[in-house]
Amino acid sequence: MSEIAKTAAAENSVPFVKRYAVWIGFFIMLMAMPFIFSSNIGLYTMNLMGIFIIFALSYNMLLGQGGMLSFGHAVYFGLGGFMSVHFMNYIEDGAFIFPMWLLPIFGGLIGLVFAIIIGSFSTRKAGTVFAMISLGVGELMAASSLIFVAFFGGEEGVSGDRTMGPPLFGFDFAQDIQVYYLIAAWVFVSVFLMYLFSRTPAGRMANAVRDNAERAEFVGYSQRKVRFVSFCISGFFAGIAGGLFAINFEIVTEENLNALTSGVVLLMAFIGGVGFFVGPIIGAVVFTLLQSILSNYTDIWQLYVGVLFVLTVMYAPHGLTGIMMMHTPAFKMKRLGSLLVPYLRIGIPTVCFMAGIAGFLESIHHVRGAPVDETMMSLIGIEFSTHSVTPWIVIFLLTVVGGYLAKTQVSQFKDAWDTANDPNADSEGASS
Amino acid sequence: MSVAIELQDLRKSFGPTEIIRGVDLQIEKGERHAIIGPNGAGKSTLFHLISGRYNLSGGTVHLHGEDISNLPPYEIYRKGLSRSFQVTNIFPNMSVFENVRCGLMWAKDYKYSFWHLVDREHDLNHKTAQVIEEIGLTSRQHIPAGVLTYAEQRALEIGISAAGGADVIMLDEPTAGMSHSETDQAIELIRKITEGKTLVMVEHDMGVVFDVADRISVLVYGEIIACDTPENIRNSKAVQEAYLGAEAED
Repeated sequence: MSEIAKTAAAENSVPFVKRYAVWIGFFIMLMAMPFIFSSNIGLYTMNLMGIFIIFALSYNMLLGQGGMLSFGHAVYFGLGGFMSVHFMNYIEDGAFIFPMWLLPIFGGLIGLVFAIIIGSFSTRKAGTVFAMISLGVGELMAASSLIFVAFFGGEEGVSGDRTMGPPLFGFDFAQDIQVYYLIAAWVFVSVFLMYLFSRTPAGRMANAVRDNAERAEFVGYSQRKVRFVSFCISGFFAGIAGGLFAINFEIVTEENLNALTSGVVLLMAFIGGVGFFVGPIIGAVVFTLLQSILSNYTDIWQLYVGVLFVLTVMYAPHGLTGIMMMHTPAFKMKRLGSLLVPYLRIGIPTVCFMAGIAGFLESIHHVRGAPVDETMMSLIGIEFSTHSVTPWIVIFLLTVVGGYLAKTQVSQFKDAWDTANDPNADSEGASS
Repeated sequence: MSVAIELQDLRKSFGPTEIIRGVDLQIEKGERHAIIGPNGAGKSTLFHLISGRYNLSGGTVHLHGEDISNLPPYEIYRKGLSRSFQVTNIFPNMSVFENVRCGLMWAKDYKYSFWHLVDREHDLNHKTAQVIEEIGLTSRQHIPAGVLTYAEQRALEIGISAAGGADVIMLDEPTAGMSHSETDQAIELIRKITEGKTLVMVEHDMGVVFDVADRISVLVYGEIIACDTPENIRNSKAVQEAYLGAEAED
């Protein structure tokens, strides 16, 4: 017990900077990003990233922390967006004076209200029942959005103007960079609050209910109420993300609350890794990058995202964060360097293999999709004719040889991995 | 002495099969009570009925004079009855420390709070550390509970069950599957952690039962055929025929 007291005391005496190093680093990064990526497309991408980070983290409050698989989380995101864009218009009409930068609060509140209503019956059970209800509610909302035109604006949605509010320190949000800092501020605060939530009794019990709902009932907690609390708070933050979406794009449509958006957030959380707090952040960043960059180069980027998702589910259920975390034991033993060569040996043929597959898919897509007489296509700057034989041979060779070589390297990689993670350093791993 | 648990004509059927067929039992406050009986006698079912996991088909359960029949498990827990399970039932992905802390939070009145930070609640963490020391897992407190050894998991579960300070503790076969030395340790732990409390346990190990219990109930085919001190149970002819004799023949 004295040991515990000591560690507790030690934790308290850690200097402020060291204790909050991650948050300070996060803050500095958010502030500095526009100086590194100052182009319009860069800002556009980062704004979207910020919105998706909040959205994906709110989703993970359900899936990762609470064990609730939702297929309808876009409902709260979309409703938050609609509510915010309406308030944006009220401000513009002079109905009342309200700073534009606080607008997402309204998004959050409507998300919270609907989460309270829907959560009151959907959180009764976890698992399949919860998933089915979320799917049903999602479809219901998507259908209503085309019926209640006054609120949802029908097919063209509702648009607004974010520049009409009273300016804050000269910020009137006419420029994207100002919107970036607005989103960054909301991201910082929301991420911080969502992290804190995971450290509260309600957040801890959410984990407990996810792990073993029955046992939680025998330590005094109703599993339903534990889920309900998480669900409401998750809805609130999804609404905030929706409000930021409204400010960023100045338009919200039915698409923002339909099943597609619900699927996207599931994808982001899962690719990033639902078992880690930072997982969805990484997932949102990766997904947004794929969406905005890959889509410049290829029409079938969604196929690649889908393949990435399936591969993640099958081979890396802990997501990209899980893959990174697998390297911590080797990193702590300072053996990460010894993995470099094995990684290259397996990585280069794997890249060739994937390039072959991608080349094949792209060429097929071109043959099927392009006008009949247009045989020339361009792939990563290389121009070739899809009707000559050579490109197909190259693609074939890349796939087969790359695939074969990669396969031969698996055993050496496994050996290197085992050596790097030699368990004789067990004590070191346990002490952390 | 006052009565901790009182069962009146308790019944439970699954479909047409009646598993518990009218059990009447009074367990005194502060008593160490063991329930024994052959496999399939309904011992675990009886536990599930008392602790709220199953709904009753008939009869009543009173805890400290209050009717708790058919209340959900968390309500029964809040009234001061905590239990462990025959098959280890913990939070496998959470650390040992977190497991015990989850067992303490309701008792410390945090309820569903999202305005307290658990790491800042020194009293809560201090008590958690105390319980972990009592169950002898201090050196293992930061590893996920799922990777503990079997005996450690059993100790952890007893810790979770007793952490909240419930005054009636029910343990379902706490020493099942343990070696002799592990059993001795477990018994030591149970004695320590249930001191001054009411203990109800299902147990197969007769050595443990006769060692720990003040009174023993013998459950055979859903009915209690005897309820007495260990000495009298050992000498009872009916019990020997129904249960102990059958064991000896194995």
